[in-house]
Amino acid sequence: MTTPGVGIVAAQRASFNQPLALQGGSVLPAFDLVYETYGTLNAARSNAILVCHALSGNHHVAGRTADEFGKPTANIGWWDNIVGPGRPLDTDRFFIVGVNNLGGCHGSTGPASPNPATGKPWGADFPVVTVEDWVASQARLADHLGIDAWAAVMGGSLGGMQALQWTLSFPERIRHALVIAAAPKLSAENIAFNDVARQAILTDPDFHGGHFYEHGVRPVSGLRLARMLGHITYLSDDQMAEKFGRRLRVGAGSYGFDVEFEIESYLRYQGDKFAGVFDANTYLRMTKALDYFDPAQDYEDNLARALARARAKFLIIAFSTDWRFSPDRSREIVHALVHNGQAVAYAEINSAHGHDSFLMDEPHYHAVVDTYLKRVKL
Amino acid sequence: MSATAGGQAVQMRADFDLIASWVQPGERVLDLGCGDGSLLKRLIEERGAKGYGVELGDAEVLAAIGKGINVIQGNLEQGLAGIDDQTFNHVVLSRTLQTVRHTERILSEMLRVGREAVVSFPNFAYWQNRLAVMGGRMPVSEDLPYEWFDTPNLRFFTLLDFEALCAKMNLVIRERQVLDEAGRLVTEEPNFLGSLAVYRLGR
Repeated sequence: MTTPGVGIVAAQRASFNQPLALQGGSVLPAFDLVYETYGTLNAARSNAILVCHALSGNHHVAGRTADEFGKPTANIGWWDNIVGPGRPLDTDRFFIVGVNNLGGCHGSTGPASPNPATGKPWGADFPVVTVEDWVASQARLADHLGIDAWAAVMGGSLGGMQALQWTLSFPERIRHALVIAAAPKLSAENIAFNDVARQAILTDPDFHGGHFYEHGVRPVSGLRLARMLGHITYLSDDQMAEKFGRRLRVGAGSYGFDVEFEIESYLRYQGDKFAGVFDANTYLRMTKALDYFDPAQDYEDNLARALARARAKFLIIAFSTDWRFSPDRSREIVHALVHNGQAVAYAEINSAHGHDSFLMDEPHYHAVVDTYLKRVKL
Repeated sequence: MSATAGGQAVQMRADFDLIASWVQPGERVLDLGCGDGSLLKRLIEERGAKGYGVELGDAEVLAAIGKGINVIQGNLEQGLAGIDDQTFNHVVLSRTLQTVRHTERILSEMLRVGREAVVSFPNFAYWQNRLAVMGGRMPVSEDLPYEWFDTPNLRFFTLLDFEALCAKMNLVIRERQVLDEAGRLVTEEPNFLGSLAVYRLGR
């Protein structure tokens, strides 16, 4: 994509003082959400698109943040390649909102925020939040922004689950749902991966039962392992073979356990980078939200019945080499919608990048999103 | 499916005219190999149908999405596998049966997910095709527009062949219409004078 993006962006903060009853039974007395916006909300307030983030994402979807001198930094939004003037999420036409989810670690109220009851960080006491809770909190943000109904809600992976949940929690407040590289619920294998990741964190001596903030430490090694494991599952076998193969970083093997293979180097780098900035309690909660998501659960596992109340039109997209959220899982959503006679288009993109494909600039993928959104009436 | 020749475009409309006349308002139609969604768009706009399409090609899927069609990307068998029994009033397979490897399976699947299968295909026994083979060459025509070395067609069959298969599979032929290369209805000697056949099948 050669067009310039949205330029320098800055986060905003919205505070909500009405209590939010959570699915798990607890009540958050008040919370903040940080968000970014790109483009301009039109007079009819009909051109807003909410972009929901996945496990490790945040509200910084597009553009670059500024340094203290107002100069753009290297901190570019995680989905910048799809948002901007002339890009599929065209900011000349749409008003795009990115939000950091409740329980996150990028400014919205989360485990590192002060617990009003104690004045100390919530830590382990921060409630487990679900996809339904996120959508409920995002609806408060929509109210705050004066948006009655989103033109579209869009997301990849866990973000796609939120887009799907929007159609069920607030059928009248979402006109299009773009559900990308997602699934109607996790498989046992997927939950298993998440649990190994959680165990890595929970058994780290620096975790301190989730109250590590007061000990002045962070469970870096557990978080690092969790991220390394996750990363393996986001890539495809072919892509790993092509990108790293069995190449060694230095000439020959040393018959030890230092970094030797390129893939080891890559994974450790990714793990270190992530563990340096991400909050372990947030990671635990994000993976739990993934595990719990199952809209068909209350409908005797009948997804079609669960989706029947949706009024939105759907664009479902899956990627050929994504084995964590495979095309078969997206087709389950498609077939449920077809069963109900609901509006749905489904594109299956040939891509080498596994689950991470949804973040890539694949021409057919972006063309599908672009073409679909061009038909969205404002 | 490319409507390269003008004649095929004319006949394609005749093909679509027939199919459109069979769809009642509000009925649910699945178009297998829906291309850019032209037929579905017509059925939705003119007949008030609820339409879905299955299509494999990226460019066609993109074009169908651009028309606002409910298009599902995948091959025909994938496209049908997850769809519940008797979801559709009509399942259309237009000019595609000759490219499908598992002929019996696709016909069975069409009548599993739909109450009626609408199938059109080029008639290999059309007199001009017979003439071409008599002259020693494989036919190239409006309905068989490919050379032998680049054709996507796997099966070459006639009206009589197809009806024998329907009998073997216990499929009921509810209606048959046969068109010539100009898209006119053929009533006499259809297996000789007909270039394209359109069938409505049931159980």
